[in-house]
Amino acid sequence: MIKLKACLLFLCILGMQLNATAQTIDLFAETPNTVAKDIATGIFKTTRIVNGQSIENVGEGILDFRILHRFGAINQGGYEFFGLDQATMRMGLDYGITKNLMIGIGRSTFQKQFDGFVKYKALSQQTGERNIPLSISYVGTAIYKSLKDATTTYEPYVSDKFSFAHQILFARKFNDYFSLQLTPTLLHYNIVENVNIPNDFYSLGIGFRQRISKRVNITTEYFYRIDKLDGYYDPLTVGVDIETGGHVFQLHVSNSTGMTERTFINETAGSWGKGDLRFGFNISRVFTLKKPKELKNLKF
Amino acid sequence: MNLKLKLTSISSLIVLILLIGMTQTVNAQKVFATKSGQIYFNATGALVKIAAVNNQVDSKFVDATGQIIFGVLIKGFKFENQLMEDHFNENYMESTQFPKADFKGYITNIKEINFSKDGTYPIQVDGTLTIHGVAQKTTTKGTLTLAQGKPTIEGEFNVKIKDYGISGMYIGDKIANQAVIKLNCKY
Repeated sequence: MIKLKACLLFLCILGMQLNATAQTIDLFAETPNTVAKDIATGIFKTTRIVNGQSIENVGEGILDFRILHRFGAINQGGYEFFGLDQATMRMGLDYGITKNLMIGIGRSTFQKQFDGFVKYKALSQQTGERNIPLSISYVGTAIYKSLKDATTTYEPYVSDKFSFAHQILFARKFNDYFSLQLTPTLLHYNIVENVNIPNDFYSLGIGFRQRISKRVNITTEYFYRIDKLDGYYDPLTVGVDIETGGHVFQLHVSNSTGMTERTFINETAGSWGKGDLRFGFNISRVFTLKKPKELKNLKF
Repeated sequence: MNLKLKLTSISSLIVLILLIGMTQTVNAQKVFATKSGQIYFNATGALVKIAAVNNQVDSKFVDATGQIIFGVLIKGFKFENQLMEDHFNENYMESTQFPKADFKGYITNIKEINFSKDGTYPIQVDGTLTIHGVAQKTTTKGTLTLAQGKPTIEGEFNVKIKDYGISGMYIGDKIANQAVIKLNCKY
């Protein structure tokens, strides 16, 4: 009988203990939401470092209207108002087909060029499930120079006016303040002036972004030309990115005038050493053409 | 012999009662959970619509105590355009430094809810809302709807952006001073 009582007591205590543990479910002690996948965003502030393509794409369903201006050389002096009397421009439209694929078209007043490009992001820098230290994209650009050349001994074919750029972009965001990009580039001319000039030109671009305040970033871009076209210089551009609501302004100083890959990488006529520099700016304004699907299925 | 049998049966009966009692307490302590709740916020000031949605709200509540938690990753908020999303993360929420926002609190009138009866019950929630690394005591009202025993909680918070140490020159202009945060969690 005593044994039985002891047994009962034991069971009761056991039961109480179980009750007690059941009552102290404490949700506050839990840590929900461990980051599964953290993709680095905003490696650069916009889709161009300044002239050259950056690793960034416009978002899916977003149209980006870009207006680019390049003024004349600063060292022309006060009569030309330090180059501001002259300007060339490029107007362009970029569109994000998916979050990794974008296309764009543009028209430059300089050499009356048309251009079009495709940019595809193959790899995104991320941590979490997978650790990928950098982002990689491909950009293919076709440039059509519609300016009539005066000195041709024959009527040029349409294809003669085309040139192409293939670029692979390797970019890494080291922290919120600093990002770096390397851009190996192949430029191809369908036709060149004479047999001594190659059709293919290799170059290596390097660009970075350094944040100096929440909305202001310094950008710098340089292309080292491995194959050089005589009479031209390596392009070097130093700029400032200023962000406001739906705009990004880029102000910069560069020795390039052109705004297409062929003209600014390979055919930069100005020299930093001689002070042959130009002011320029890019304005980007984005429009949402297709709302993200998440915003369409609101439960409210 | 007979007595022994009787005793065994009594003891097994007691064990049975105890077991039933235990399972009942466990039942009464049910934890409801979801990882796919929806949160929406609107901070539209002048002209431009500033609103975003996140469909990965992690939430749990205990029916016996009314204890309730919500957690959300800042980077999971989807805006109409990418640029806004980047600004939201980098300039305002500083999501690298403060990746999460959460709410921990209690449904204070949980006892008024009859979990065995479908219907819509008003709820009162008290707790701490942590955004941008700043914790603030807050209270709000919402509803708990039971449909076939499955609860859905809907609620709304009105948040003064500056109370959470979030700064930026557009707050009070293009961005409203107060953001409305709406939640919908089906458990």
